[in-house]
Amino acid sequence: MRFAVLADIHANRQACEACLRHAEGQAVDRYVFLGDLVGYGADPDWVVRMVRARLADPAAPALVVRGNHDEAVGRGDTAGMTGHAAAAALWHHQRLSAEDRAFLAGLPLEVEAEGVHFVHADPADPARWTYVTDAEIARASLEGGHAWLTLCGHVHAPMLYGLTATAKLAAFRPAPGVAVPLLRARRWLAVMGSVGQPRDGDPAACYAVLDTAAAECTWHRVPYDAAAAAAGIRAAGLPERLASRLLEGR
Amino acid sequence: MALPRLAPGTVLDGFVLGPLLHRGGMAALHEASHPDHPDTPLLIKIPRMQEGEDPAAIVSFEMELMILPRLSGPHVPRFVAACGFEAQPYLVMERIPGESLRPLLEALPRPPEEVAALGAQVARALDALHRQHVVHLDIKPSNILRRPDGRVVLVDFGLSRHDLLPDLMAEEFRLPYGTAPYMAPEQVMGLRGDPRSDLFALGVLMYFFVTGERPFGDPQRLSGLKRRLWRDPHPPRALRPDCPPWLQEIILRCLEVDPERRHPSAAQLAFDLAHPAQVPLTPRAGRAGRDGWAAVTRRRFNPEARPVFRLPGAARQQSLAPILAVALDVAEEESHQGALRAAVERILATLPGARLACLHVLRQNLVTPDSGLDSEGRNRHAVSLARLKHWAAPLGLPEERVTYHVLEAVSVAAALLEYVTVNPVDHIVLGARTPSLRRRWLGSVSAELAEKAPCSVSVVRPRRTGPEEEN
Repeated sequence: MRFAVLADIHANRQACEACLRHAEGQAVDRYVFLGDLVGYGADPDWVVRMVRARLADPAAPALVVRGNHDEAVGRGDTAGMTGHAAAAALWHHQRLSAEDRAFLAGLPLEVEAEGVHFVHADPADPARWTYVTDAEIARASLEGGHAWLTLCGHVHAPMLYGLTATAKLAAFRPAPGVAVPLLRARRWLAVMGSVGQPRDGDPAACYAVLDTAAAECTWHRVPYDAAAAAAGIRAAGLPERLASRLLEGR
Repeated sequence: MALPRLAPGTVLDGFVLGPLLHRGGMAALHEASHPDHPDTPLLIKIPRMQEGEDPAAIVSFEMELMILPRLSGPHVPRFVAACGFEAQPYLVMERIPGESLRPLLEALPRPPEEVAALGAQVARALDALHRQHVVHLDIKPSNILRRPDGRVVLVDFGLSRHDLLPDLMAEEFRLPYGTAPYMAPEQVMGLRGDPRSDLFALGVLMYFFVTGERPFGDPQRLSGLKRRLWRDPHPPRALRPDCPPWLQEIILRCLEVDPERRHPSAAQLAFDLAHPAQVPLTPRAGRAGRDGWAAVTRRRFNPEARPVFRLPGAARQQSLAPILAVALDVAEEESHQGALRAAVERILATLPGARLACLHVLRQNLVTPDSGLDSEGRNRHAVSLARLKHWAAPLGLPEERVTYHVLEAVSVAAALLEYVTVNPVDHIVLGARTPSLRRRWLGSVSAELAEKAPCSVSVVRPRRTGPEEEN
């Protein structure tokens, strides 16, 4: 089974369309939306509509999990969010229909398919929205988990953690477009990059293709019209920083 | 996790185990067969996992599982199938119908010319490996096989590093992993991933083969391994006076403690081994004995004398140290030669590790044998060589970065093509034909090279200034 995994789209239609177009050439069987469909960007309605349509696809229903922004927008509760994030979340909340808000708030925190655990933030405790940003958190997650492979997002920078046969933690920054083998006998935690708001210095949208038969994951970087996405954010009257960071990838 | 030893006749996913070929510390090797692969001799590797054995052997097997399927070409065994530790682990690959270099250890020393030829073959194989992002890190006679046609095959990637894949071995170096006599100093210090570590190991191998002695012995403890960071070996010529100075130069350059002082790439080492007359001789070539105690003590105890090891990454190191060739028609006008020189200068400026091979093809007459002398009786070969050097002089390249080659051939294109194919040239630069030299050699040559050369081809043409020159 080949999964296309899109995490942290953040209402960025231009980036999302570019990734979906790229994925069309990757012989993908199923799409996974790994949370934070909304927040920050200018096109929450388009993204939610697209995801709901793919979820309803009877041939290959998409897998979708809830991110912290989906929860905040869905419930209209921005407690714990920074100023820019809260401003965008409230705007999205007002803009989306009640039905879309209920859809976001009702998404599951985690799903499992083909032995792979899909979750937005720290798999050890998905509802706490902890960032898996260092080896210590990754080790705790890996040791607490049971799946061969866990995929998470939330961090906005790609990373792969693995436990070796001698229980050492290997941390690895994947190179774009290079398939990384994930040994079946080991446990892996793959952090997806962000489709709609990359923060690792590369403004290109990031998504991954996971091939469970070959046990390989490939992180792709897809250049897209970030200037148009930034212009949309400015036109919506959202904070300038949310626009400029798309151009820097920071 | 102790698994039973597998006997011949056992079937794993359709692969039938044949006779045991070798039982090593980390794995057993059997012949194997499979109905889907009737014409390919197969080898199956089964890791040993007895209680109390080094668990790093499992990690090492898993590294090979990750790396071997991603390699291709004649210098590695072809990957066939594998299974990890989720079931009975095994790795099936092409069985190379040839011996390793290990039996040669019974017949050391070997003639210097043979060692150089063998070293060049191994360096070519390393070049192919490094270009695929992999540093071997365990180059030694038993890991080098030869196909019946003489081409070298590198085996056993259990300690290797692929610079685009996670390095599971990186966390294992409470002891440095490798083979003591061959391990590079930076590897002893725990750095995995400098392609020049493989050049060091090849230098040890060539030293051993040419003198019959290991340059750093076979230390069994870490303190003994670290000795190579400050204690230089006896120069090969001190043990083997008939080892030519150029070969001592090459071997001692491979054995430099600081990777920056070794050849910048395996391709450049292969190039030197294939062109002995062009190897610039430094004080290394003339060294008659080891350094005195003052120098050794300073290296051993003065921290500032220690090299700082950094990791360049296999493919990056390769891309910074290409071999550039330039094909010159030495009869060409000065303006065109100048344009060619300017183009080469710009390429070299961005690549501090690059070296330049200046080529000229002397056309031979097919019908009447050439005398080698021109109408004025001068030696054409020597004149061409002098002109090549004259052309390159303004580039101001140090001796070790430039070589000169006068090739003799009936077909210019065929000669250049053969040169860039046999030598691991990355990029050849040549001039476009000029109107005044129409039907001279470069017209069809550049087209033929651009189509057939296994490397980049640049054609340099000074900007034409008016339509009259189109004729």
